[in-house]
Amino acid sequence: MPKRNIVERILNGRPVVAGQAEGRALVSKEPLSFWGGICPQTGEIIDRRHERSGAIVTGRVFVFPQGKGSSTSSAVLLESIKTGFAPAAIINLKVDSILALGSIVSDELYHQAVPIVVLTKEDFFSIKQDDYITIEPDGTVKVSAKLREKGRNA
Amino acid sequence: MSVHPVRNSRMGDILQGGKTSNAVKLSRRDKELLDGQQGKAAQMAMRILVRMAEVDGAAEMMDVSQAHIDGCGLLSEAGLEFAETLAAKGAKVAIPTTLNMGPLDLQNWRQFGVDEDFAAKAIRQAKAYTDMGCIPTWTCAPYQSYLTPRFGQQIAWGESNAICYANSVLGARTNRYGDYIDICAAITGRVPKCGLHLKQNRKGQILLRLADIDPAIIRSNAFYATLGHLIGSLVDDKIPVIEGLATEVSSDQLKALCAAAASSGAVALFHAVGVTPEANTLEEAFQGNTPERIIDIHLSDLRKSCSDLSTANEGAGLDLVVLGCPHFSFDEFRELANLIQTETEKGKTLHPRVQFVVISCQTSYALLQRSEFFNVLADFGVDITLDTCVFHTPMVSPDTKVIMTNSGKCAYYAPGELGVQVAFGTMAECVESAVKGHVCRNEILWKES
Repeated sequence: MPKRNIVERILNGRPVVAGQAEGRALVSKEPLSFWGGICPQTGEIIDRRHERSGAIVTGRVFVFPQGKGSSTSSAVLLESIKTGFAPAAIINLKVDSILALGSIVSDELYHQAVPIVVLTKEDFFSIKQDDYITIEPDGTVKVSAKLREKGRNA
Repeated sequence: MSVHPVRNSRMGDILQGGKTSNAVKLSRRDKELLDGQQGKAAQMAMRILVRMAEVDGAAEMMDVSQAHIDGCGLLSEAGLEFAETLAAKGAKVAIPTTLNMGPLDLQNWRQFGVDEDFAAKAIRQAKAYTDMGCIPTWTCAPYQSYLTPRFGQQIAWGESNAICYANSVLGARTNRYGDYIDICAAITGRVPKCGLHLKQNRKGQILLRLADIDPAIIRSNAFYATLGHLIGSLVDDKIPVIEGLATEVSSDQLKALCAAAASSGAVALFHAVGVTPEANTLEEAFQGNTPERIIDIHLSDLRKSCSDLSTANEGAGLDLVVLGCPHFSFDEFRELANLIQTETEKGKTLHPRVQFVVISCQTSYALLQRSEFFNVLADFGVDITLDTCVFHTPMVSPDTKVIMTNSGKCAYYAPGELGVQVAFGTMAECVESAVKGHVCRNEILWKES
C-alpha cells in the first residue's frame, strides 16, 4: 500500500448511488454517452469526438459533467462492471438517471455497484486531472493532489 | 489497474427486506410488488424502480400505460443475464410493450455473416423478452410502426430517438428511460413520478431561431439531421423551442432531427412552434415564461454542423452505405427506389466495392414487398436487414474503412462504435457515391450562392 496521502480538501456531494471507492481522477469538461463512448471490453473512451478519446476509464474516478445520448448507456456501464473495466466511481455535475440505473441494476444483479456522486459546480470544477479521490458512502469526496504512482494505477 | 466496486447499498439493503423506501411514497400495490406478492420478477423490477425514484427525487410513483424496450438491443453478457433472470422468475409485462431493434436479423442473419455463437445468444435474449409478453416489433422507430402513443399518454419508452419523437412530435410523456428500467416499468406498469411526465417540466427553455435560412433548405432532408446535430450540441439536456420550421415537415424529417439531437446531446423533448402539439404558439411552448437563452441559427452554423458529421474526405473510396438509422419507413424506401431508378435509367449500377445496406423493420418491409419498389432495390443490389442495426449486430466486416450515411445519429456513433471513417450526405449523395465507388457530395443547398 502506498503511504497515506494527505487529504487536502473534503467535498460534500450527493450520493446518487452510494458506495465507497478510490482512484485517480480522470477529468473531462464534456458530457459523454457511454454507449458509443466507452468500450466495456477495454474501458477505452471511444467517442472520437470527445476530448478524452483514447483514455481508459477503468479504475479511475471518472469526473465529467453528465451523460448524454444513448439510452443504452446504462447497459454499457452494467457490462463494464461485469467485465471489470468500469470506472472506480463517477462524479457528475448533474444527476444522470441512465448512468445511475446501470449501477443500480448491477447492484441488484451482481451486488456490485459503481458509486456515483454529484457535486456542486464549484466543487466539481475544483477537481483536477490525476487528483487522488476517495469517495465515502455518504457522498463525502476526499481530494488529495496528484499522488505520484507508488505502484498504484501505473 | 484496480476497480473497487463495493456492495452499495443503503437503498438496496432497505429494500432487500421488502421494507418500503423512506423517501418515496408508495401505494398499496407498490408495496405488494415490493414485498414480492406479485412474484419475484415484479419484486426485483419494483426495487429498481423505487431506487430510481430516489435518484430522481420523485415523491411517489405513477402509472404508465405503454412501454418500449431498448434493453433488448445490445447483446452483452450482463444484458442477457438480466433478461433471462427476469424471464426465469416468471416476469410478464403488465402493459402493451413494444421492442426496440434487437442484436440480430432474426430471419436473415446468416446472409450477413453473423457469428453462430453471437446469433445463439441473441436468439436467447430475444426469446427472454418475447416470453415476458413483449410484442416483437423489433424497431427503433416504433412511432411509425405499431401502437403509436396518443397525445398526453403517460408511457415509459427507451431508445433515445424514440423518446425524443414520442415527447416532441406525438406529445406523449416519457422520461429518458435507459436500458433495463424500461422492462421494469413494463412489468409493473409503474414509474417514478417526475421529469417529463409532469407538464410543468415540459416548458421550453432555450429559443432557437432559424434566422436567415432559405425555405428550400428547410424543406431538404439533410437539413433535419444537420439541425438536430447542432441542437444537441447547443442545448445538452435543456428543452429547445425551434422557431421557423416548416409546417409541412414530414414524419421522416422529424425522425432524423430527433435521432441526431438525441445523439450529440441528451435532448428528450423539443418544441417547434406551429409544428409540434405543445407549441401552437411561442407562449404555449414556453408556458408563458421567457427563454433562458435565445440563439439565432445561421446557415454558417448548419454548414459547420454538417461538416462536423463527416470524418471521411471527399473522394475517399467507399466501402459501405448505411441507410435506415432510425429504421427506414415505407416513404423512405420509395424515395430511395426513385433515386436508384434515376441512376439505373442512365445505365448506372452499384459499384462492385460498395455494399449498400438499408436497415428497417418488418412493418415497413411488408409494405415494400407489396410495391413495385421492391424489385428496383433488389435489382440494384440493396441488402435489406430487418429487426436490428449495424451497431448492434456484427455485420460490418472488419475491412470496412469508409461508410456513408444520411443519418446524423449513424454518422455520430460510427467512428467510435465501428472504427470507421464516416461521410454524411443526403440520400441522393449516398446513391451517387455508391454508383461511383467514392464519396461525392454536391451539397448544392449548403453552398454559398
